[in-house]
Formats: sequence, structure tokens, C-alpha cells
Amino acid sequence: MSAAVETIEAMERPPVTMASRLEGELMEVSMGPQHPSTHGVFRMNVALDGEIVRKLKPVFGYLHRNHEKIGESTSYLGSMPYTDRLDYFCSMTNNWAYALSVEKLASIEVPERAQYLRVILAELTRLQNHASLLGFLLNDMGAWGTPLMYAFREREKILDLFESLSGSRMMCDYMRFGGCRCDMPPGWMEQATRIVDRFPRFIDELEQLVVANEVVIGRTQNVGVLSPELAINAGITGPMLRACGVNYDLRKVDGYGFYPRFKFRIPLGEHGDTYDRLMLRVLEMSESLSILQQAFAEIQPGPIMNPKVKVRAFRPPIGETYGRIEGPKGELGFYLISDGSPNPYRYRVRPPSFINLTILEDLCLGHTVADVMVILGSIDIVMGEVDR
Amino acid sequence: MIGAGILKGMAVTARNFVGSYFDKERLTTVQYPEERDPLPENYRNFPFLPYDGDDPHAGLRCVACKICEKECPPQCIYIVKSDDKKPDYMGKPQFYPKVFDIDISVCMSCQICVEVCPFEAIKMDKDFELSKRERFDSLLLRKEQLSRSNEYYHKIHPLEADAVDKNLADAAAAAEAKKKAAAEASAKAAAAKAAAAKTSAAGDPATVPVKPAASPTATAKGEPPTATSSAANGSSSAPGSSES
Repeated sequence: MSAAVETIEAMERPPVTMASRLEGELMEVSMGPQHPSTHGVFRMNVALDGEIVRKLKPVFGYLHRNHEKIGESTSYLGSMPYTDRLDYFCSMTNNWAYALSVEKLASIEVPERAQYLRVILAELTRLQNHASLLGFLLNDMGAWGTPLMYAFREREKILDLFESLSGSRMMCDYMRFGGCRCDMPPGWMEQATRIVDRFPRFIDELEQLVVANEVVIGRTQNVGVLSPELAINAGITGPMLRACGVNYDLRKVDGYGFYPRFKFRIPLGEHGDTYDRLMLRVLEMSESLSILQQAFAEIQPGPIMNPKVKVRAFRPPIGETYGRIEGPKGELGFYLISDGSPNPYRYRVRPPSFINLTILEDLCLGHTVADVMVILGSIDIVMGEVDR
Repeated sequence: MIGAGILKGMAVTARNFVGSYFDKERLTTVQYPEERDPLPENYRNFPFLPYDGDDPHAGLRCVACKICEKECPPQCIYIVKSDDKKPDYMGKPQFYPKVFDIDISVCMSCQICVEVCPFEAIKMDKDFELSKRERFDSLLLRKEQLSRSNEYYHKIHPLEADAVDKNLADAAAAAEAKKKAAAEASAKAAAAKAAAAKTSAAGDPATVPVKPAASPTATAKGEPPTATSSAANGSSSAPGSSES
């Protein structure tokens, strides 16, 4: 950090205000990595003109854990628990993305019940991710705690579901190549149905709490406007992309899993500002609820694992593949090259929040420091996934 | 009217605040050390080694095959195979782990060791209050600390443990039936051959002495499992009956 240089001539001039003295000179400020609003260990070097951001350089890497190299030196199955730790809010969708790419690599069929179960879990993950994101976003705007606690209360119910199914709240490690690890325990479906039936109450409450709130509108509308052209050129995916009106959702485009069997709509934004990104997530939660209700009605008893898949000494054939799913944050993909050995030759993650973060500077230029936090919050990043 | 949205939001918070006194749904916190939410059946924390019966050494199911050590993603398991053998739940002599350490400060509770184990010998514990006062190796659990009885396993995972017991009993019964069938078949073959040898009276000296020797060993091998497998079903200690 370097303050503006004061010269003697400047001191001798007639008294001026602080703002006019700093005019035209940029002040460099390092925000983070311990800043409470940066959602983890993320640092931004910003050049400020008064309150206005003129330059912004994101600095990643404080949470780098060598994820990809570890993936290349452990077996295919051994990477599965590590994928939980990528985006630790959405371990179920991470598992699915990885399982999907290995299944593609080794041409493994997945039984019907497991496919339904995966859709259910992915949509539950989307619900809890969006709920907690909205809580964090409002927290960044200064609504200290209250909306976040309401969101976490709902999230906790879904995490209880995950815990009773997989044994762990966040590090689920639930999916396997060719299905899911274990069937749902007795009473799980009733509990899930009850939670899903009551979830609209939370969405209504959240809408009442924030949607018409003048402070929220003032802080978010026309802040961090992302143009569709820039979004497409920068490879932005997920709610960020759809908030600027681009109709691109892998659940429709790829139709992976059993998504083509479900009826749901893709909500789209118009302006691409922070308010649209916020509201889009509220709308996506409602669509997830409708998918969940259809899945609960359609799921049938049956096997959940493909019995042909070997648990020990799993070796896929030689080849390469890229499997991707629509995670709550955007396109999550795993690129695998197999040389026929028990470990992948190359294991590469395409993390949505990392790529969505690359346009942070374009969104923030011309806005104030306080807006930077709101924009960063609306991008929805998890540093575990950005740094890997 | 400006400010109406804020008032609406305040009404939501007020409803939540007042509701938390009356509505169980809105009051979700638990006063932890005094109150505890029940853990779900599937909850997992760190692995342990179940043993049958009362003796943790004799009843230990682990045969030190080291598959879990190899498959463990963070490589927190360390096993040294024994030099001698001890009978397993089916009465078959097997190696056992001389050293079995799990560093639970490294373990990430992924349950892969449980999945790859072919002997149902490692399972997930539910004990999560594991903080220690010592600084160094008290989180490195030794074989003695890891061994827990089958009754304990039944207590923490009732449904899963029942299924595992049934699998083990089935495997033991199948092995016993197979052995019995093999013994019967070899006895029958021996008898037939002996009869054939008698009737032909050709007296091939090379084959005759082998046959009587073959059938007694088969029956001798077949006998102990009948005793031990029934003992395993009752989950009492397997080995005592078949010490040789």
C-alpha cells in the first residue's frame, strides 16, 4: 500500500480537501486474503481513485492443494473423496461430475434408480447452494447474519438428509462409478418429501425479506453489469451466464443423466446485473423444487449399482474423455486421460467458479469498493474449487 | 412508498423472532454437550476393526491382506503382516496383522477401506469426540485401540451389522457345504476306485496306497469347520475348537 505522495509545494498551497488532493492519483490497496468478505483466502489488488475502482487484479492460490496431481497418483476411486473437497458446498454434484466422466471413459451403464437418486441429490445440492449463497450475498451487503441464518437453517435440513444417506454432511463421497454407494435408509424419502414440500415457505420468506427491499435494490441494480458477449467470450457458465439472458443450461443442452425426462424451465435474466443474478437463483430454486417433486413421484425401487463394475483394481480402457454437468455454480467438468493403468494419466478439473471469477475486473471497474464485495458475492465462488 | 419493502422485511424477521418461541420448526439449535441430536445409522467417522467373540486378538477378522492400505486415498493405514497364522471365523488358518495403525489425523473418513475389504474386517465408527491433550501421536490409533467388539458394531450400525453377520454366516455355511461336498465326492470317488480296484483285482500298487490316505485327510479337514462355523453364527470365539 502506498499513499499519495505529498510534496512541499502541495503543502504550501492554499488548503484543499482530501478528495481534491488525491484526484488523479491512484491508491493501491490489497484486499484479502484475510478480508472477511472474500469468501475464503482470496486476494484482490485494487487501484482506487477515491472510492472508485480503477484497476483490479485477483490473486489466487492461497488454498492450492495439488488436487490434480493427487488425482493422477491415486486410483480412479481414490479421487472420489477428493472431489468432495473441491466445492465443499456441493459435494454431491462434484461426485456426479467425476463419476459421469469415468463412466463415459469406461462406458459404464448406470441403473435407473441410481439415476433418479442422482438427480434428486443434485437438485437438493442446488437448493442448499443457492440458499446459502443468497445468505452470504446479503451478508456482504450488510444484512448481518439474519438472512444468512435463515438460509443456513434450511440448508441444515438438506445436510441432515445428506448425512442420513451418505454418512457425512458435507464430505458425502456418495456416488460411485456405475451408481451410488448405498440405497436410501428407511424413512429417507418421506423426510426428503417433507423438506421439499416446506421449502417454498422459505423462498417466499426470502422474497419478502429482500426482493422489494429498497436497500437491496439500490445496492444491486445496475451494479456489475455483465454483457452477454463478454460472458460468452470469457466462458462464463451457470447462473452468471443465464442472468445476462443467454439460454445455456447443460441439463437441457447435454441432457445428461435423466434430465430429459423432467419438465422444467430455465429462468433467464435480462440485464446481467447483480440483482438479476440474485433473483435468478431464487427462480432456479423453484424450478429445482419442481424437478424434485417429479423425481419423488417417478423413482422406482431397483438396484442402485451396476454389478459389473469392479470395486478393487478398477482399470478403464485407454482413451480420453470430458464429462461435464451443470453444477449449481456452472459447468463443472472433469477431463481424464487414461493409459490403461489404475491411475489416470491426466486428471483435469474445469471449475466453474474459477472461470467465472476471471471477469471480476470487468464487472468491478467504475464501481465503489463496497460494490466489489457485492459483485464478488454474486459470482458465487468457493475458494476450494478456485485454487484446487 | 419508499421504505415499504424494508418494513415488509422487518415483519419477516419479527415473525421469525416471535415464532422461535412457539414453533418447533423455527427453533432448530441444540444445546450441544447437554442435548444431542441422535446420529443417523449411516453416520461415519473413522474406521475400527470389529472382532467376533470376547478376545480381540483371536476374533479379529482382519487377515492383513493390505488391500485397504493400498486403496486408502490419503494413505493413513499402516499394516505389518504376522509371521504365524491363526484360524479365522471359518476355521481356516490365516495371517493376522501384527501391527495395524490408522492415523486419524490424516484419515478423511471416505469409507473406501470399508468398501474394498473382502473380509468385512474394517467398519466405520461413530465416535466423534476424539480431541486429545497430547501433542504428538495420540491420534495415531494402534490395533488395540481400533479393535472393537461385534456387539459394539451392532450397537452403532444395527441394520448394517445384521446384514454383515448374515453375509459372514452365509459365507461360512457355503464354505462348509462346499467342503462337505468335496469330502463326500472324494470319499465316494475313493470308495468307487477302491471298489473298482478290488473288482478288477489288478492291484496297481502305485495307486492303492494313495486312496486311503486321501479320504481321511479330507474328512479331518472338513470336521473342524462344522464346529467353528456354528460358533461363528453365535458370534462367540471361533478359534478355540480348531487349535492344532
